[in-house]
Amino acid sequence: MTDDKTQSAKKMDVRYVANLARLNLTDGEVVEFQSQLDHIVEHFNQLRSLNVDDVEPMAHATPIQNVFRDDVVRPGLDRDVILNNAPQQSSGLVMVPTIVE
Amino acid sequence: MLNTLTIHEVLERLNCGECRSEDVVRSVLDAIRRTDGRIHGYLTLDETDALEQARAADLARRNGANGRLLGVPIAVKDVLNVRGQPCTCGSKILKGYVSPYDATAIARLRAEGAVFVGRTNMDEFAMGSSTENSAYGITRNPWDLDCVPGGSSGGSAAAVAADECVAALGSDTGGSVRQPASFCGCVGLKPTYGLISRYGLTAYASSLDQIGPITKDVRDAALLLQVMAGVDASDSTSLPEAVPDYQAALTKDLRGVTIGLPKEYFVGGLDSEVERCVQEAIEVCRQLGAKVVEVSLPHTRVAVDTYYIIAPAEASANLSRFDGVRYGFRAEGATDPLDLYKKTRAKGFGPEVKRRIILGTYVLSSGYYDAFYLRAQKVRTLIRRDFEAAFKHCSVILSPVAPTPAYRIGANSADPLQMYLGDIFTVPVNLAGICGLSVPCGMAAGKLPVGLQVMGPALGEEAILRTGYAFEQATTWHSQRSCIAEQNSGSQVRT
Repeated sequence: MTDDKTQSAKKMDVRYVANLARLNLTDGEVVEFQSQLDHIVEHFNQLRSLNVDDVEPMAHATPIQNVFRDDVVRPGLDRDVILNNAPQQSSGLVMVPTIVE
Repeated sequence: MLNTLTIHEVLERLNCGECRSEDVVRSVLDAIRRTDGRIHGYLTLDETDALEQARAADLARRNGANGRLLGVPIAVKDVLNVRGQPCTCGSKILKGYVSPYDATAIARLRAEGAVFVGRTNMDEFAMGSSTENSAYGITRNPWDLDCVPGGSSGGSAAAVAADECVAALGSDTGGSVRQPASFCGCVGLKPTYGLISRYGLTAYASSLDQIGPITKDVRDAALLLQVMAGVDASDSTSLPEAVPDYQAALTKDLRGVTIGLPKEYFVGGLDSEVERCVQEAIEVCRQLGAKVVEVSLPHTRVAVDTYYIIAPAEASANLSRFDGVRYGFRAEGATDPLDLYKKTRAKGFGPEVKRRIILGTYVLSSGYYDAFYLRAQKVRTLIRRDFEAAFKHCSVILSPVAPTPAYRIGANSADPLQMYLGDIFTVPVNLAGICGLSVPCGMAAGKLPVGLQVMGPALGEEAILRTGYAFEQATTWHSQRSCIAEQNSGSQVRT
Protein backbone atom coordinates (compact mmCIF):
# COMPACT_ATOMS: atom_id res chain seq x y z
CA MET A 1 0.00 0.00 0.00
CA THR A 2 1.42 3.35 -1.08
CA ASP A 3 1.01 6.26 1.28
CA ASP A 4 -1.61 8.95 0.91
CA LYS A 5 0.71 11.56 -0.61
CA THR A 6 1.72 9.57 -3.68
CA GLN A 7 -1.93 8.67 -4.28
CA SER A 8 -3.13 12.24 -4.35
CA ALA A 9 -0.34 13.19 -6.76
CA LYS A 10 -1.37 10.52 -9.28
CA LYS A 11 -4.34 11.11 -11.55
CA MET A 12 -6.90 8.43 -12.14
CA ASP A 13 -6.21 6.41 -15.30
CA VAL A 14 -9.79 6.51 -16.55
CA ARG A 15 -9.37 4.01 -19.38
CA TYR A 16 -7.63 1.50 -17.11
CA VAL A 17 -10.34 1.76 -14.42
CA ALA A 18 -13.10 1.51 -17.05
CA ASN A 19 -11.52 -1.71 -18.27
CA LEU A 20 -11.64 -3.09 -14.72
CA ALA A 21 -15.36 -2.25 -14.77
CA ARG A 22 -15.81 -4.00 -18.17
CA LEU A 23 -16.78 -0.78 -19.86
CA ASN A 24 -15.59 0.43 -23.28
CA LEU A 25 -15.18 4.19 -23.52
CA THR A 26 -14.86 6.40 -26.60
CA ASP A 27 -11.93 8.83 -26.78
CA GLY A 28 -14.37 11.66 -26.18
CA GLU A 29 -15.72 10.01 -23.03
CA VAL A 30 -12.19 9.49 -21.69
CA VAL A 31 -11.43 13.20 -22.03
CA GLU A 32 -14.76 14.30 -20.53
CA PHE A 33 -14.72 11.85 -17.62
CA GLN A 34 -11.04 12.51 -16.85
CA SER A 35 -11.60 16.18 -16.07
CA GLN A 36 -14.90 15.59 -14.24
CA LEU A 37 -13.61 12.70 -12.14
CA ASP A 38 -10.32 14.48 -11.31
CA HIS A 39 -12.40 17.36 -10.02
CA ILE A 40 -14.55 15.03 -7.88
CA VAL A 41 -11.63 13.00 -6.51
CA GLU A 42 -9.84 16.23 -5.63
CA HIS A 43 -12.89 17.22 -3.58
CA PHE A 44 -12.60 13.88 -1.71
CA ASN A 45 -9.32 15.15 -0.25
CA GLN A 46 -11.43 16.96 2.36
CA LEU A 47 -11.72 13.60 4.10
CA ARG A 48 -7.95 13.54 4.70
CA SER A 49 -8.27 16.39 7.18
CA LEU A 50 -10.07 14.10 9.65
CA ASN A 51 -8.31 11.81 12.07
CA VAL A 52 -10.06 8.45 11.80
CA ASP A 53 -7.32 6.25 13.26
CA ASP A 54 -9.43 4.82 16.08
CA VAL A 55 -12.79 4.83 14.31
CA GLU A 56 -14.51 1.60 13.33
CA PRO A 57 -15.61 1.52 9.68
CA MET A 58 -19.37 1.35 9.15
CA ALA A 59 -20.43 -1.04 6.41
CA HIS A 60 -24.13 -1.04 7.16
CA ALA A 61 -26.77 1.03 8.91
CA THR A 62 -28.22 -1.86 10.89
CA PRO A 63 -26.36 -3.92 13.48
CA ILE A 64 -24.78 -6.72 11.47
CA GLN A 65 -25.98 -10.16 12.38
CA ASN A 66 -26.58 -13.47 10.70
CA VAL A 67 -30.15 -13.94 9.59
CA PHE A 68 -31.30 -17.47 8.95
CA ARG A 69 -34.46 -18.85 7.46
CA ASP A 70 -35.81 -22.37 7.68
CA ASP A 71 -34.11 -24.68 5.21
CA VAL A 72 -37.23 -25.56 3.26
CA VAL A 73 -37.90 -25.73 -0.46
CA ARG A 74 -39.65 -22.64 -1.81
CA PRO A 75 -40.98 -22.22 -5.32
CA GLY A 76 -38.65 -20.33 -7.67
CA LEU A 77 -39.53 -18.22 -10.66
CA ASP A 78 -40.89 -19.89 -13.76
CA ARG A 79 -38.11 -20.76 -16.25
CA ASP A 80 -40.01 -19.63 -19.33
CA VAL A 81 -40.81 -16.26 -17.79
CA ILE A 82 -37.14 -15.75 -16.93
CA LEU A 83 -35.97 -16.85 -20.37
CA ASN A 84 -38.37 -14.44 -22.04
CA ASN A 85 -36.18 -11.64 -20.70
CA ALA A 86 -33.00 -13.13 -22.20
CA PRO A 87 -31.63 -11.41 -25.31
CA GLN A 88 -31.03 -14.81 -26.94
CA GLN A 89 -32.25 -18.25 -25.85
CA SER A 90 -32.35 -21.78 -27.14
CA SER A 91 -33.61 -25.10 -25.75
CA GLY A 92 -34.35 -23.64 -22.33
CA LEU A 93 -30.92 -22.02 -22.06
CA VAL A 94 -29.49 -18.50 -22.36
CA MET A 95 -27.22 -18.18 -25.43
CA VAL A 96 -23.84 -16.41 -25.19
CA PRO A 97 -20.85 -16.08 -27.56
CA THR A 98 -18.46 -19.04 -27.58
CA ILE A 99 -16.52 -19.29 -24.32
CA VAL A 100 -14.36 -22.37 -25.00
CA GLU A 101 -13.21 -23.37 -28.49
CA MET B 1 -61.46 15.71 -10.12
CA LEU B 2 -61.02 12.39 -8.32
CA ASN B 3 -57.38 12.50 -9.45
CA THR B 4 -56.85 15.54 -7.22
CA LEU B 5 -57.76 13.67 -4.03
CA THR B 6 -55.47 12.19 -1.40
CA ILE B 7 -55.50 8.45 -0.63
CA HIS B 8 -57.60 8.93 2.50
CA GLU B 9 -60.08 11.10 0.61
CA VAL B 10 -60.36 8.48 -2.15
CA LEU B 11 -60.90 5.76 0.45
CA GLU B 12 -63.68 7.75 2.15
CA ARG B 13 -65.52 8.05 -1.16
CA LEU B 14 -64.97 4.43 -2.13
CA ASN B 15 -66.08 3.23 1.28
CA CYS B 16 -69.37 5.15 1.22
CA GLY B 17 -70.05 4.16 -2.40
CA GLU B 18 -69.78 7.70 -3.72
CA CYS B 19 -67.51 6.52 -6.52
CA ARG B 20 -65.86 3.39 -7.85
CA SER B 21 -62.18 2.61 -8.23
CA GLU B 22 -62.78 2.59 -11.98
CA ASP B 23 -63.90 6.23 -11.77
CA VAL B 24 -60.76 7.17 -9.85
CA VAL B 25 -58.47 5.35 -12.28
CA ARG B 26 -60.25 6.87 -15.30
CA SER B 27 -59.87 10.30 -13.77
CA VAL B 28 -56.13 9.66 -13.29
CA LEU B 29 -55.75 8.37 -16.87
CA ASP B 30 -57.63 11.44 -18.19
CA ALA B 31 -55.29 13.74 -16.30
CA ILE B 32 -52.25 11.90 -17.66
CA ARG B 33 -53.61 12.21 -21.19
CA ARG B 34 -54.33 15.90 -20.66
CA THR B 35 -51.02 17.08 -19.22
CA ASP B 36 -48.31 14.42 -19.19
CA GLY B 37 -47.19 15.36 -22.69
CA ARG B 38 -45.84 18.53 -21.10
CA ILE B 39 -44.20 17.16 -17.94
CA HIS B 40 -43.36 13.55 -18.91
CA GLY B 41 -43.76 12.13 -15.42
CA TYR B 42 -44.64 8.68 -16.76
CA LEU B 43 -42.52 6.31 -18.82
CA THR B 44 -45.14 3.63 -19.45
CA LEU B 45 -48.83 3.15 -18.88
CA ASP B 46 -51.03 0.14 -19.44
CA GLU B 47 -54.50 1.64 -19.42
CA THR B 48 -56.27 -1.66 -20.09
CA ASP B 49 -54.47 -3.37 -17.25
CA ALA B 50 -55.04 -0.43 -14.87
CA LEU B 51 -58.77 -0.47 -15.59
CA GLU B 52 -58.88 -4.23 -15.14
CA GLN B 53 -57.20 -3.90 -11.74
CA ALA B 54 -59.71 -1.17 -10.82
CA ARG B 55 -62.72 -3.27 -11.87
CA ALA B 56 -61.34 -6.22 -9.92
CA ALA B 57 -61.05 -3.95 -6.85
CA ASP B 58 -64.64 -2.76 -7.34
CA LEU B 59 -65.85 -6.34 -7.61
CA ALA B 60 -63.90 -7.33 -4.50
CA ARG B 61 -65.44 -4.43 -2.59
CA ARG B 62 -68.95 -5.48 -3.62
CA ASN B 63 -68.08 -8.96 -2.36
CA GLY B 64 -67.15 -7.57 1.03
CA ALA B 65 -63.38 -7.17 0.73
CA ASN B 66 -61.95 -4.26 2.71
CA GLY B 67 -58.23 -3.96 1.88
CA ARG B 68 -56.63 -0.89 3.36
CA LEU B 69 -55.92 0.50 -0.14
CA LEU B 70 -58.65 -1.27 -2.06
CA GLY B 71 -59.01 0.45 -5.43
CA VAL B 72 -56.50 3.25 -4.81
CA PRO B 73 -54.30 3.98 -7.85
CA ILE B 74 -50.58 4.39 -7.18
CA ALA B 75 -47.79 5.34 -9.59
CA VAL B 76 -44.52 3.45 -9.25
CA LYS B 77 -40.98 4.64 -9.91
CA ASP B 78 -39.50 2.56 -12.72
CA VAL B 79 -36.97 0.98 -10.34
CA LEU B 80 -39.43 -1.26 -8.46
CA ASN B 81 -40.51 -4.61 -9.86
CA VAL B 82 -44.23 -5.02 -10.52
CA ARG B 83 -45.04 -8.42 -12.00
CA GLY B 84 -45.83 -8.21 -15.72
CA GLN B 85 -44.81 -4.55 -16.04
CA PRO B 86 -41.62 -3.11 -17.55
CA CYS B 87 -38.82 -2.02 -15.21
CA THR B 88 -36.21 -0.06 -17.15
CA CYS B 89 -34.71 1.96 -14.25
CA GLY B 90 -34.60 4.79 -16.78
CA SER B 91 -31.86 2.90 -18.65
CA LYS B 92 -31.50 1.61 -22.18
CA ILE B 93 -29.77 -1.46 -20.76
CA LEU B 94 -33.12 -2.72 -19.41
CA LYS B 95 -35.17 -1.85 -22.47
CA GLY B 96 -37.75 -4.56 -23.04
CA TYR B 97 -37.34 -6.14 -19.59
CA VAL B 98 -40.57 -7.37 -18.01
CA SER B 99 -40.61 -8.00 -14.25
CA PRO B 100 -41.22 -11.67 -13.45
CA TYR B 101 -42.18 -10.91 -9.82
CA ASP B 102 -43.48 -8.29 -7.39
CA ALA B 103 -41.15 -6.44 -5.04
CA THR B 104 -42.17 -7.14 -1.43
CA ALA B 105 -43.41 -3.54 -0.99
CA ILE B 106 -45.51 -3.94 -4.15
CA ALA B 107 -46.85 -7.34 -3.03
CA ARG B 108 -47.96 -5.79 0.28
CA LEU B 109 -49.69 -2.88 -1.46
CA ARG B 110 -51.31 -5.31 -3.90
CA ALA B 111 -52.54 -7.48 -1.04
CA GLU B 112 -54.35 -4.39 0.32
CA GLY B 113 -55.93 -3.73 -3.07
CA ALA B 114 -53.75 -0.98 -4.55
CA VAL B 115 -53.96 -0.44 -8.34
CA PHE B 116 -50.66 0.08 -10.17
CA VAL B 117 -51.38 2.62 -12.89
CA GLY B 118 -48.01 3.28 -14.46
CA ARG B 119 -44.26 3.62 -14.25
CA THR B 120 -42.66 6.97 -13.52
CA ASN B 121 -39.51 8.53 -14.93
CA MET B 122 -36.25 8.69 -13.00
CA ASP B 123 -32.55 9.37 -13.30
CA GLU B 124 -30.95 6.26 -14.78
CA PHE B 125 -30.53 3.70 -11.97
CA ALA B 126 -31.51 6.46 -9.52
CA MET B 127 -28.21 8.27 -10.16
CA GLY B 128 -28.99 11.95 -10.25
CA SER B 129 -30.79 14.79 -8.54
CA SER B 130 -32.77 16.28 -11.43
CA THR B 131 -34.24 13.44 -13.58
CA GLU B 132 -32.13 14.82 -16.43
CA ASN B 133 -30.19 11.53 -16.54
CA SER B 134 -33.07 9.36 -17.77
CA ALA B 135 -32.36 7.58 -21.06
CA TYR B 136 -35.99 8.27 -22.00
CA GLY B 137 -36.06 12.06 -21.78
CA ILE B 138 -36.33 14.61 -18.99
CA THR B 139 -39.28 15.32 -16.69
CA ARG B 140 -40.40 18.91 -16.14
CA ASN B 141 -41.50 20.54 -12.90
CA PRO B 142 -45.31 21.07 -12.86
CA TRP B 143 -44.82 24.41 -11.07
CA ASP B 144 -42.49 25.78 -13.75
CA LEU B 145 -41.91 23.80 -16.91
CA ASP B 146 -38.45 25.34 -17.36
CA CYS B 147 -37.29 23.84 -14.07
CA VAL B 148 -36.25 20.33 -13.07
CA PRO B 149 -38.55 18.30 -10.79
CA GLY B 150 -35.60 17.11 -8.71
CA GLY B 151 -34.47 13.53 -8.66
CA SER B 152 -33.96 10.78 -8.87
CA SER B 153 -37.69 10.11 -8.24
CA GLY B 154 -38.62 13.18 -10.32
CA GLY B 155 -41.32 11.42 -12.35
CA SER B 156 -43.14 10.31 -9.22
CA ALA B 157 -42.98 13.75 -7.58
CA ALA B 158 -44.05 15.52 -10.80
CA ALA B 159 -46.96 13.10 -11.31
CA VAL B 160 -48.20 13.73 -7.74
CA ALA B 161 -47.74 17.52 -8.05
CA ALA B 162 -49.60 17.52 -11.38
CA ASP B 163 -52.49 15.51 -9.90
CA GLU B 164 -51.72 12.84 -12.51
CA CYS B 165 -51.96 10.30 -9.71
CA VAL B 166 -53.22 9.98 -6.17
CA ALA B 167 -49.86 8.96 -4.69
CA ALA B 168 -46.58 7.47 -5.86
CA LEU B 169 -43.60 5.43 -4.75
CA GLY B 170 -39.97 6.45 -5.03
CA SER B 171 -36.65 5.25 -3.74
CA ASP B 172 -34.19 7.28 -1.68
CA THR B 173 -30.46 6.52 -1.59
CA GLY B 174 -29.18 10.05 -0.95
CA GLY B 175 -32.34 12.17 -1.04
CA SER B 176 -34.13 10.84 -4.13
CA VAL B 177 -37.57 10.89 -2.47
CA ARG B 178 -37.20 13.96 -0.24
CA GLN B 179 -35.53 16.34 -2.71
CA PRO B 180 -38.01 15.90 -5.62
CA ALA B 181 -40.84 16.11 -3.06
CA SER B 182 -39.34 19.43 -1.94
CA PHE B 183 -38.92 20.72 -5.52
CA CYS B 184 -42.49 19.73 -6.47
CA GLY B 185 -44.33 20.65 -3.27
CA CYS B 186 -45.19 17.08 -2.20
CA VAL B 187 -44.65 15.07 0.96
CA GLY B 188 -41.77 12.57 0.70
CA LEU B 189 -40.69 10.03 3.31
CA LYS B 190 -37.34 8.23 3.56
CA PRO B 191 -37.93 5.54 6.19
CA THR B 192 -35.28 4.16 8.53
CA TYR B 193 -32.90 1.78 6.76
CA GLY B 194 -34.43 -1.70 6.95
CA LEU B 195 -38.00 -0.62 7.74
CA ILE B 196 -39.27 -1.44 4.23
CA SER B 197 -37.92 -4.53 2.49
CA ARG B 198 -35.67 -3.81 -0.47
CA TYR B 199 -36.52 -7.11 -2.19
CA GLY B 200 -37.49 -6.22 -5.77
CA LEU B 201 -36.02 -2.70 -5.58
CA THR B 202 -33.29 -2.61 -8.23
CA ALA B 203 -30.14 -2.04 -6.18
CA TYR B 204 -28.11 1.14 -6.52
CA ALA B 205 -26.26 1.38 -3.17
CA SER B 206 -27.51 -1.44 -1.00
CA SER B 207 -26.45 -0.05 2.37
CA LEU B 208 -28.28 3.23 1.68
CA ASP B 209 -31.33 2.41 -0.49
CA GLN B 210 -34.86 2.66 0.93
CA ILE B 211 -38.26 2.73 -0.75
CA GLY B 212 -40.40 5.71 0.22
CA PRO B 213 -43.83 7.21 -0.54
CA ILE B 214 -44.39 10.54 -2.34
CA THR B 215 -47.84 11.85 -1.43
CA LYS B 216 -50.10 14.90 -1.22
CA ASP B 217 -50.16 14.96 2.57
CA VAL B 218 -48.54 13.42 5.64
CA ARG B 219 -51.48 11.13 6.45
CA ASP B 220 -51.07 9.43 3.07
CA ALA B 221 -47.36 8.91 3.69
CA ALA B 222 -48.20 7.27 7.02
CA LEU B 223 -50.83 5.07 5.34
CA LEU B 224 -48.45 3.78 2.66
CA LEU B 225 -45.64 3.27 5.17
CA GLN B 226 -48.01 1.28 7.38
CA VAL B 227 -48.71 -1.19 4.59
CA MET B 228 -45.14 -1.53 3.28
CA ALA B 229 -43.19 -1.64 6.58
CA GLY B 230 -42.10 -4.75 8.40
CA VAL B 231 -39.68 -7.65 8.35
CA ASP B 232 -39.38 -9.75 5.18
CA ALA B 233 -37.66 -13.12 4.82
CA SER B 234 -36.48 -12.05 1.34
CA ASP B 235 -34.42 -9.12 2.73
CA SER B 236 -32.05 -10.10 5.50
CA THR B 237 -31.44 -6.42 6.30
CA SER B 238 -35.13 -5.77 7.05
CA LEU B 239 -35.77 -4.93 10.69
CA PRO B 240 -37.59 -7.45 12.92
CA GLU B 241 -39.19 -4.81 15.19
CA ALA B 242 -42.99 -4.64 15.39
CA VAL B 243 -44.51 -1.89 13.22
CA PRO B 244 -46.36 0.76 15.28
CA ASP B 245 -49.65 2.44 14.32
CA TYR B 246 -48.42 5.51 12.44
CA GLN B 247 -51.89 7.07 12.07
CA ALA B 248 -52.18 7.13 15.84
CA ALA B 249 -49.07 9.30 16.03
CA LEU B 250 -50.65 12.11 13.99
CA THR B 251 -51.64 14.85 16.43
CA LYS B 252 -52.23 18.52 15.80
CA ASP B 253 -49.91 19.98 18.40
CA LEU B 254 -46.23 19.61 19.20
CA ARG B 255 -46.34 19.80 22.99
CA GLY B 256 -43.50 17.79 24.48
CA VAL B 257 -41.54 17.73 21.20
CA THR B 258 -38.02 19.13 21.25
CA ILE B 259 -36.77 20.30 17.86
CA GLY B 260 -33.04 20.42 17.16
CA LEU B 261 -31.60 22.92 14.68
CA PRO B 262 -28.17 21.89 13.39
CA LYS B 263 -26.03 25.01 13.32
CA GLU B 264 -23.97 23.57 10.44
CA TYR B 265 -27.06 23.53 8.16
CA PHE B 266 -27.85 27.24 8.34
CA VAL B 267 -24.67 28.60 6.78
CA GLY B 268 -23.41 30.10 3.53
CA GLY B 269 -24.66 28.59 0.29
CA LEU B 270 -28.23 28.37 1.53
CA ASP B 271 -30.68 30.20 -0.74
CA SER B 272 -32.15 33.17 1.14
CA GLU B 273 -35.73 32.29 0.19
CA VAL B 274 -35.25 28.68 1.34
CA GLU B 275 -33.82 29.96 4.61
CA ARG B 276 -36.74 32.35 5.10
CA CYS B 277 -39.32 29.59 4.50
CA VAL B 278 -37.59 27.18 6.88
CA GLN B 279 -37.20 29.84 9.59
CA GLU B 280 -40.90 30.64 9.32
CA ALA B 281 -41.70 26.93 9.58
CA ILE B 282 -39.61 26.65 12.75
CA GLU B 283 -41.61 29.53 14.22
CA VAL B 284 -44.88 27.71 13.39
CA CYS B 285 -43.58 24.62 15.19
CA ARG B 286 -42.65 26.75 18.20
CA GLN B 287 -46.18 28.14 18.30
CA LEU B 288 -47.54 24.59 18.17
CA GLY B 289 -45.77 23.92 21.45
CA ALA B 290 -42.38 22.57 20.40
CA LYS B 291 -39.25 23.51 22.26
CA VAL B 292 -36.37 24.51 19.96
CA VAL B 293 -32.71 23.86 20.77
CA GLU B 294 -29.49 24.20 18.80
CA VAL B 295 -27.62 20.97 18.03
CA SER B 296 -24.36 20.25 16.24
CA LEU B 297 -23.69 17.84 13.37
CA PRO B 298 -20.00 18.66 12.91
CA HIS B 299 -19.30 16.22 10.08
CA THR B 300 -21.94 17.66 7.75
CA ARG B 301 -19.28 19.30 5.59
CA VAL B 302 -17.77 15.92 4.61
CA ALA B 303 -21.07 14.07 4.12
CA VAL B 304 -21.24 14.64 0.36
CA ASP B 305 -17.69 13.32 -0.15
CA THR B 306 -18.44 10.31 2.03
CA TYR B 307 -21.63 9.58 0.12
CA TYR B 308 -20.03 9.96 -3.32
CA ILE B 309 -17.38 7.39 -2.34
CA ILE B 310 -19.66 4.83 -0.70
CA ALA B 311 -22.63 4.99 -3.08
CA PRO B 312 -20.63 4.64 -6.33
CA ALA B 313 -18.52 1.88 -4.73
CA GLU B 314 -21.64 -0.15 -4.00
CA ALA B 315 -23.14 0.78 -7.38
CA SER B 316 -20.08 -0.44 -9.27
CA ALA B 317 -20.62 -3.88 -7.72
CA ASN B 318 -24.42 -3.90 -8.01
CA LEU B 319 -24.44 -2.84 -11.66
CA SER B 320 -22.00 -5.58 -12.70
CA ARG B 321 -25.09 -7.75 -13.22
CA PHE B 322 -25.98 -5.74 -16.33
CA ASP B 323 -23.77 -7.51 -18.84
CA GLY B 324 -26.08 -8.38 -21.75
CA VAL B 325 -26.31 -12.07 -20.84
CA ARG B 326 -29.55 -12.80 -18.98
CA TYR B 327 -31.82 -9.82 -19.57
CA GLY B 328 -32.21 -6.48 -21.25
CA PHE B 329 -30.14 -5.01 -24.03
CA ARG B 330 -27.31 -6.96 -25.72
CA ALA B 331 -24.85 -5.27 -28.10
CA GLU B 332 -24.47 -6.79 -31.56
CA GLY B 333 -21.31 -8.30 -32.98
CA ALA B 334 -19.50 -9.41 -29.82
CA THR B 335 -16.80 -12.02 -30.47
CA ASP B 336 -16.42 -13.38 -26.94
CA PRO B 337 -18.09 -12.90 -23.53
CA LEU B 338 -15.66 -10.17 -22.37
CA ASP B 339 -16.27 -8.24 -25.60
CA LEU B 340 -20.02 -8.73 -25.07
CA TYR B 341 -19.91 -7.23 -21.55
CA LYS B 342 -17.83 -4.22 -22.58
CA LYS B 343 -19.82 -3.38 -25.70
CA THR B 344 -23.19 -3.93 -24.04
CA ARG B 345 -22.33 -1.75 -21.06
CA ALA B 346 -20.78 0.94 -23.29
CA LYS B 347 -23.99 1.21 -25.33
CA GLY B 348 -26.49 0.43 -22.58
CA PHE B 349 -25.41 2.84 -19.82
CA GLY B 350 -25.64 6.63 -19.95
CA PRO B 351 -22.84 9.04 -18.94
CA GLU B 352 -23.73 9.53 -15.25
CA VAL B 353 -23.94 5.77 -14.67
CA LYS B 354 -20.60 5.27 -16.41
CA ARG B 355 -19.03 8.03 -14.30
CA ARG B 356 -20.24 6.46 -11.06
CA ILE B 357 -19.21 2.94 -12.07
CA ILE B 358 -15.70 4.22 -12.88
CA LEU B 359 -15.56 6.27 -9.68
CA GLY B 360 -16.77 3.33 -7.59
CA THR B 361 -14.37 0.90 -9.23
CA TYR B 362 -11.54 3.37 -8.60
CA VAL B 363 -12.19 3.88 -4.88
CA LEU B 364 -12.39 0.10 -4.40
CA SER B 365 -9.29 -0.68 -6.46
CA SER B 366 -6.03 -1.91 -5.00
CA GLY B 367 -3.96 0.98 -3.71
CA TYR B 368 -6.93 3.34 -3.27
CA TYR B 369 -9.29 1.27 -1.12
CA ASP B 370 -7.82 2.41 2.21
CA ALA B 371 -7.43 6.04 1.23
CA PHE B 372 -10.96 6.42 -0.12
CA TYR B 373 -13.42 3.63 0.61
CA LEU B 374 -12.23 2.53 4.05
CA ARG B 375 -11.74 6.14 5.13
CA ALA B 376 -15.25 7.01 3.94
CA GLN B 377 -16.68 4.09 5.92
CA LYS B 378 -14.95 5.43 9.02
CA VAL B 379 -16.28 8.93 8.41
CA ARG B 380 -19.70 7.36 8.01
CA THR B 381 -19.37 6.16 11.62
CA LEU B 382 -18.58 9.74 12.68
CA ILE B 383 -21.67 11.02 10.85
CA ARG B 384 -23.85 8.45 12.59
CA ARG B 385 -22.32 9.39 15.96
CA ASP B 386 -23.15 13.04 15.26
CA PHE B 387 -26.82 12.14 14.98
CA GLU B 388 -26.75 9.85 18.01
CA ALA B 389 -25.31 12.68 20.08
CA ALA B 390 -27.78 15.24 18.68
CA PHE B 391 -30.83 13.05 19.33
CA LYS B 392 -29.88 12.93 23.03
CA HIS B 393 -31.04 16.56 23.13
CA CYS B 394 -34.03 16.54 20.77
CA SER B 395 -36.75 14.30 19.34
CA VAL B 396 -36.52 15.55 15.75
CA ILE B 397 -34.14 17.75 13.75
CA LEU B 398 -35.40 20.38 11.29
CA SER B 399 -33.51 21.63 8.26
CA PRO B 400 -34.01 22.55 4.64
CA VAL B 401 -34.31 19.54 2.28
CA ALA B 402 -32.12 21.19 -0.34
CA PRO B 403 -30.07 24.41 -0.35
CA THR B 404 -32.10 25.80 -3.27
CA PRO B 405 -35.57 25.50 -4.79
CA ALA B 406 -35.90 23.74 -8.18
CA TYR B 407 -33.34 25.08 -10.63
CA ARG B 408 -33.57 25.53 -14.38
CA ILE B 409 -33.19 22.55 -16.68
CA GLY B 410 -29.55 22.28 -17.75
CA ALA B 411 -28.23 24.54 -14.97
CA ASN B 412 -26.13 21.82 -13.30
CA SER B 413 -26.00 19.09 -15.91
CA ALA B 414 -22.52 19.93 -17.24
CA ASP B 415 -20.90 19.92 -13.79
CA PRO B 416 -21.50 16.69 -11.84
CA LEU B 417 -19.75 17.97 -8.70
CA GLN B 418 -22.05 21.01 -8.51
CA MET B 419 -25.05 18.68 -8.77
CA TYR B 420 -23.64 16.44 -6.00
CA LEU B 421 -23.17 19.38 -3.61
CA GLY B 422 -26.92 20.01 -3.72
CA ASP B 423 -27.37 16.75 -1.77
CA ILE B 424 -25.68 18.16 1.35
CA PHE B 425 -28.77 18.07 3.63
CA THR B 426 -30.20 14.73 2.49
CA VAL B 427 -27.23 12.33 2.26
CA PRO B 428 -26.41 12.37 6.00
CA VAL B 429 -29.78 10.72 6.73
CA ASN B 430 -28.99 7.77 4.43
CA LEU B 431 -25.41 7.46 5.70
CA ALA B 432 -26.65 7.32 9.30
CA GLY B 433 -29.52 4.96 8.37
CA ILE B 434 -32.11 7.19 10.08
CA CYS B 435 -35.43 8.56 8.78
CA GLY B 436 -36.35 11.85 7.11
CA LEU B 437 -39.52 13.52 5.87
CA SER B 438 -39.98 16.37 3.41
CA VAL B 439 -43.04 18.59 3.95
CA PRO B 440 -44.00 21.67 1.88
CA CYS B 441 -43.19 24.78 3.96
CA GLY B 442 -43.37 27.76 1.65
CA MET B 443 -42.90 29.22 -1.80
CA ALA B 444 -39.61 30.70 -2.92
CA ALA B 445 -40.16 34.05 -4.64
CA GLY B 446 -43.85 33.17 -4.63
CA LYS B 447 -43.62 30.50 -7.30
CA LEU B 448 -41.46 27.47 -6.45
CA PRO B 449 -42.13 25.13 -3.51
CA VAL B 450 -39.70 24.74 -0.63
CA GLY B 451 -39.51 21.63 1.54
CA LEU B 452 -38.88 21.36 5.27
CA GLN B 453 -36.88 18.31 6.27
CA VAL B 454 -37.87 16.60 9.51
CA MET B 455 -35.21 14.10 10.55
CA GLY B 456 -35.68 11.47 13.24
CA PRO B 457 -33.53 8.79 14.83
CA ALA B 458 -33.64 5.17 13.65
CA LEU B 459 -37.28 4.02 13.86
CA GLY B 460 -38.33 7.57 14.74
CA GLU B 461 -41.07 7.60 12.07
CA GLU B 462 -43.83 8.37 14.57
CA ALA B 463 -42.02 11.51 15.74
CA ILE B 464 -41.27 12.85 12.24
CA LEU B 465 -44.77 12.05 10.94
CA ARG B 466 -46.30 13.73 13.99
CA THR B 467 -44.15 16.83 13.51
CA GLY B 468 -44.81 16.96 9.78
CA TYR B 469 -48.54 16.45 10.29
CA ALA B 470 -48.92 19.11 12.97
CA PHE B 471 -46.98 21.60 10.83
CA GLU B 472 -48.98 20.72 7.72
CA GLN B 473 -52.34 21.04 9.49
CA ALA B 474 -51.35 24.45 10.83
CA THR B 475 -50.38 25.74 7.35
CA THR B 476 -51.79 25.64 3.81
CA TRP B 477 -48.64 24.91 1.83
CA HIS B 478 -49.56 21.29 1.12
CA SER B 479 -52.86 22.29 -0.50
CA GLN B 480 -51.30 24.74 -2.98
CA ARG B 481 -51.66 23.53 -6.56
CA SER B 482 -49.09 23.61 -9.35
CA CYS B 483 -50.09 25.27 -12.65
CA ILE B 484 -50.32 21.84 -14.28
CA ALA B 485 -52.50 20.55 -11.43
CA GLU B 486 -54.83 23.53 -11.98
CA GLN B 487 -55.46 22.19 -15.46
CA ASN B 488 -56.32 18.80 -14.00
CA SER B 489 -58.75 20.08 -11.38
CA GLY B 490 -61.79 20.39 -13.62
CA SER B 491 -64.94 18.43 -12.84
CA GLN B 492 -64.31 15.05 -14.42
CA VAL B 493 -66.49 12.92 -12.14
CA ARG B 494 -68.16 10.07 -13.97
CA THR B 495 -71.24 8.29 -12.73
